[in-house]
Amino acid sequence: MTFLVGAVFAVLLICLVFIIRLYIVVKTGSHHKPGRKGPIAVLVVAGSGGHTTEILRLMECLSTAYTPRHYVIADTDKMSEEKICTFESSKQHSDSESQFTICRIPRSREVHQSWSSTVVSTLNALLYSLPLVFRLRPDMVLCNGPGTCVPLCMAGLLLGILGMKKVLIVYVESICRVQMLSLTGKILYPISDYFFVQWPSLRDKYPKSIFLGRIV
Amino acid sequence: MKTVFVTVGTTSFDELIEIVTSSGAVQALKARGYERLVLQVGRGSLLPPADSCPNFRLEAFRFKDSIAEDIRQADLVISHAGAGSCLEVLGAEKPLLVVINNKLMNNHQLELAAQLHIDSHLLYCTCSTLTEKLRTMDLSVLQPFSPGQPKNFANFLDKALGVQ
Repeated sequence: MTFLVGAVFAVLLICLVFIIRLYIVVKTGSHHKPGRKGPIAVLVVAGSGGHTTEILRLMECLSTAYTPRHYVIADTDKMSEEKICTFESSKQHSDSESQFTICRIPRSREVHQSWSSTVVSTLNALLYSLPLVFRLRPDMVLCNGPGTCVPLCMAGLLLGILGMKKVLIVYVESICRVQMLSLTGKILYPISDYFFVQWPSLRDKYPKSIFLGRIV
Repeated sequence: MKTVFVTVGTTSFDELIEIVTSSGAVQALKARGYERLVLQVGRGSLLPPADSCPNFRLEAFRFKDSIAEDIRQADLVISHAGAGSCLEVLGAEKPLLVVINNKLMNNHQLELAAQLHIDSHLLYCTCSTLTEKLRTMDLSVLQPFSPGQPKNFANFLDKALGVQ
């Protein structure tokens, strides 16, 4: 009996510590300045199609301080790898040493997939995301909406909760979203350190969001 | 040769293809001085033959790796409401008429087209009003669409992350 009470108490304590850590990690993100210490390792979630085009537009203007760049694409996606390689090789002209890698993980949601099976495939994607993020230990995750963002950001958050590394979550909602956030955006809004929207109607609805006009 | 390019994106939109090649619509286009119609029909079941409109040049294809060249050659683009298509056409600084597919109402893809219409970057109609729109539309009301500024994003992030 004493053992059982002890075990329940231990579990509750762990949950409490976890929640407090989660709160601290999310709240203190904006004070974290990895740029002062040197180059910033970026994990870029490229998703597919329009998402990839948009995220490469954002990458265009990031300086060489954002090195290395690890691109994550869905394993069913053939187009994005080509776009990324073209983009990176064009960037190479301006800075002599270009460092990037491309990693593949299972897609957490295909278009038109049902929501219940999405939960299962997202858990599956999380299984791949955890070791990837723990291995790469990026300073920030940059993403803009494909479902694949969610497990990767969760993994980044976990690194922070465990005190291993603060991973900044930078989310840019797609320009297609004018009135309503995407599902991914709604999930990541509370845990993002920087959450960008591109239309004033979204800025008004989501006070934590950052609005700089259209940025892609 | 003044050209109209019609694009339905990766899906299908037979109703648009049918109406835009109807005699009423072709008459309206002719009256405006257009002489050639290029159709990208996607997965649709209609692939109109070149001789289906008398006295009017017509070309149709399903998909291409890139439609950038077709957009560049066009004097007017008629498109479905897909965000990717709208942005590509406006980025190429071409007048754009978006035709809403009523069967896809409440699709989030329509959000962007609706907002761009409010901001006068494109014209907007449905299949049933297309012919009338082609007769009466005034392309001079369209406002240029300035490209987004990723530089603002980069500057903000540099500052926030303490990049020197």
